[in-house]
Amino acid sequence: MSQPVLSVKDLSVVFHLRRGDFTAVKSISFDIMPGEVLGVVGESGAGKSMTGTAIMGLIDPPGEISSAAITLNGDRIDGLDEESLRKIRGRRIGMVMQDPLTSLNPLFTVGEQLIETIRRHLPLNQDEARDRAIALLADAGIPDPASRIDSYPHQFSGGMRQRVVISLALAAEPELVIADEPTSALDVSVQAQIIKVLKRLCAERGVAVMLITHDMGVIAEAADRMIVMNKGEIVETGSVGDIINRPKMDYTIKLIEAIPSITAQNPRYAAAVAKGHSFASERTGDPLVVVENLAKQFDLSGSLLARITGRRKIVNAVNDVSFTIQRGQTYGLVGESGSGKSTCARMMVGLLPPSGGTVRLEDTDIWSKGAEKKRRSKIQMIFQDPYASLNPRWRVGEIIAEPMRALGIARKPGEIAERVADLLERVRLDPVSMRKYPHEFSGGQRQRIAIARALSSQPEFIICDEPTSALDVSVQAQVLELMSRLQEEFGLTYLLISHNLAVVRQMADAVGVLHNGNLVESGPVEEIFGAPKADYTRMLLDAVPDISKVA
Amino acid sequence: MNDITPSAPKSRLARIIDSDIFYSYRTSPVAIVSSIVATVLILAAVFAPWIAPYDPFNPRTLNLMNGFTPPMSESFSGSFFLLGSDHQGRDVFSAILYGSRVSLMVGLSAILFAMLLGVTLGLIAGYRGGLTDTIIMRIADVQLSFPSILIALLIFGIARGIIPPNQRESMAIFVLIFSIGLSDWAQFARTVRGTTMVERQKDYVSAARIIGVKPVFILIRHILPNVLGPVLVIGTIGLALAIIAEATLSFLGVGVPPTQPSLGTLIRIGQQFLFSGEWWILFFPAITLVLLALSVNLLGDWLRDALNPRLR
Repeated sequence: MSQPVLSVKDLSVVFHLRRGDFTAVKSISFDIMPGEVLGVVGESGAGKSMTGTAIMGLIDPPGEISSAAITLNGDRIDGLDEESLRKIRGRRIGMVMQDPLTSLNPLFTVGEQLIETIRRHLPLNQDEARDRAIALLADAGIPDPASRIDSYPHQFSGGMRQRVVISLALAAEPELVIADEPTSALDVSVQAQIIKVLKRLCAERGVAVMLITHDMGVIAEAADRMIVMNKGEIVETGSVGDIINRPKMDYTIKLIEAIPSITAQNPRYAAAVAKGHSFASERTGDPLVVVENLAKQFDLSGSLLARITGRRKIVNAVNDVSFTIQRGQTYGLVGESGSGKSTCARMMVGLLPPSGGTVRLEDTDIWSKGAEKKRRSKIQMIFQDPYASLNPRWRVGEIIAEPMRALGIARKPGEIAERVADLLERVRLDPVSMRKYPHEFSGGQRQRIAIARALSSQPEFIICDEPTSALDVSVQAQVLELMSRLQEEFGLTYLLISHNLAVVRQMADAVGVLHNGNLVESGPVEEIFGAPKADYTRMLLDAVPDISKVA
Repeated sequence: MNDITPSAPKSRLARIIDSDIFYSYRTSPVAIVSSIVATVLILAAVFAPWIAPYDPFNPRTLNLMNGFTPPMSESFSGSFFLLGSDHQGRDVFSAILYGSRVSLMVGLSAILFAMLLGVTLGLIAGYRGGLTDTIIMRIADVQLSFPSILIALLIFGIARGIIPPNQRESMAIFVLIFSIGLSDWAQFARTVRGTTMVERQKDYVSAARIIGVKPVFILIRHILPNVLGPVLVIGTIGLALAIIAEATLSFLGVGVPPTQPSLGTLIRIGQQFLFSGEWWILFFPAITLVLLALSVNLLGDWLRDALNPRLR
């Protein structure tokens, strides 16, 4: 084969910190061939983004590239001065970043940004550059590019914006594109399209791509070859099919096993079928939570005047949603961003009064007068971001004890300490942890603390709003396993809200699909996933990138 | 049972020595020098009765014959004056020690009062939002559009008008603290309101609301500890400003009564003699005020940088 587009030899990135040196990337070497898509996968802190940043020459002090030979089509590009590096970035290496909102300048139209980039790097005049920009946008799948070119970034949706970013990265005909989590901020349905666009454009132009992501599914869809990184080192390199189907290293095997698959049947359903029972009939008849015609409208009218004159702008966030959750079961609520999942959760937990409809817990309307006490003691919530859901100034013991104190479950300090220690053990943390602060724990450990806090008020019904989407896959598997075990132990009922369909299929007994505030479909998990009736559900399921699709 | 065994918690002292703040302190010469200067000045003020060689406010010990003695010299009656004496034969060094005591006391009380008021109103405005927020913050905006010394003068004037003449002398210090404090609360309210609005959105507040914790307790126990960082910074810088405000008011003659001279009073007395050659009466109180304000201000600056990770 010809010479590689990018060749990295012995790259190390060291941060000189106060407590000694921290090596973020440990002497890694790899090549990318022309037209090849190289996937770099790893969990947070694996050094995958750092590798991309180092290739671009964007490591800032106290970081330092300690030893390396990075060559781009035969030219050494490490250790160049800032001026020469600037000529390489954009011209010879294009970049696609995670957040399309921040990688475009909000004050310029996308056309101005594209034309500027094209003219800086290519000898074209204004009109030629504009024609080229329109062609690029058309290639990236933006409808009506000739008029959209004069729009500002905020006038595009997230997915369209990411298409613009891809056109921008390809504007100067680079030899290599580094895409760092290009689809992580997008919904599944959009994610699939973006991956296709990126792959097609690069194949057409023979551009090599370094695709950095934490999502093995994305790699499986898009990449030819892949690198698995862990703690700054390369664990395994090989073709995507080889690694996913025949992983050699322990770390890779564990990583792949931890990924819930969208095609795997619900384990409890499978077990019931194996025993010859019917899954559905075994688990009906005792509803704990009944949601009827739930609706929420937000009034976005700006001024008082607009409200008086009646020019109101009302958004229906949730529209006439009804479903029932059986005692001891898990109901999964899936949908893309803006579908009203979290608004439903906030209405069901007592944070946001509904505009219409009822939420009944054991036949008590939780929003009726006098129901506060029942609501507070029986419903709990686990939040998405374990960094924001624990008060950083409180000790873990105080955090977990708060619901007991507030609801008067335990009052004596000795009794409280005993209960907190017990809860910590149940979520598999050392009881000594109660004297520490949240920042001393990792994301997964913090989520366990949040679970312990939710259990502290002895609830029957726990709403889990994206409980694992901020966590790495291996940690996600542990947290989900813990949640299932606690469900059996305490007979808990869960409402599991997630955009991750695979997680929902694995955990839920029944599922509801939300789309623009409407419940599109609702029913037993295997009916929805096995034989979806609504077009929207089918589209969602098809869009999920999955490692099992790799031959 | 436990698959995760964290290390045992550290002791409080070890935690402080190991902290990033303490590290930033150790590596900042400005912070070290200014904290030493501030500590020396504050200790000298606190222990003034034990350090001062003379009691400058006991008329019996004053001897007019000792007036205008230059620094580092012996007077007519054989007393030694380290920093010289003023027109009444008062030891300038002792006067400064007692004067900074008054200045510090007034400055500290005023800033604590402003902090209490500003933080409380800021928390309420930020948490409640809506009309409450609008009313509180508009008042703050109006107040911030006046020079604060003007506000202090105004409040001082009104207060003197209300208080009966025979109590004016004894109430003067409290009026001073009240007027400086009231002219300074808006800074705190603004900062706290902004931070509160950010913290209110966070999930730990939702978690507390779910179990029915009352808003007052959410504000005091959850949000307050998280907004105190910036408050500490403007508090420190505000302390320097409050000390200067007190000195300015006393210099203008509307501050502390003459029987309890502060640094500002001493400067006012001293400036009468500046052009007749007795420079020390003005110079030493003035330099003390500068050192005190500067060291506290630099400490505040350092604290702001140390608490803001983006500036590190």
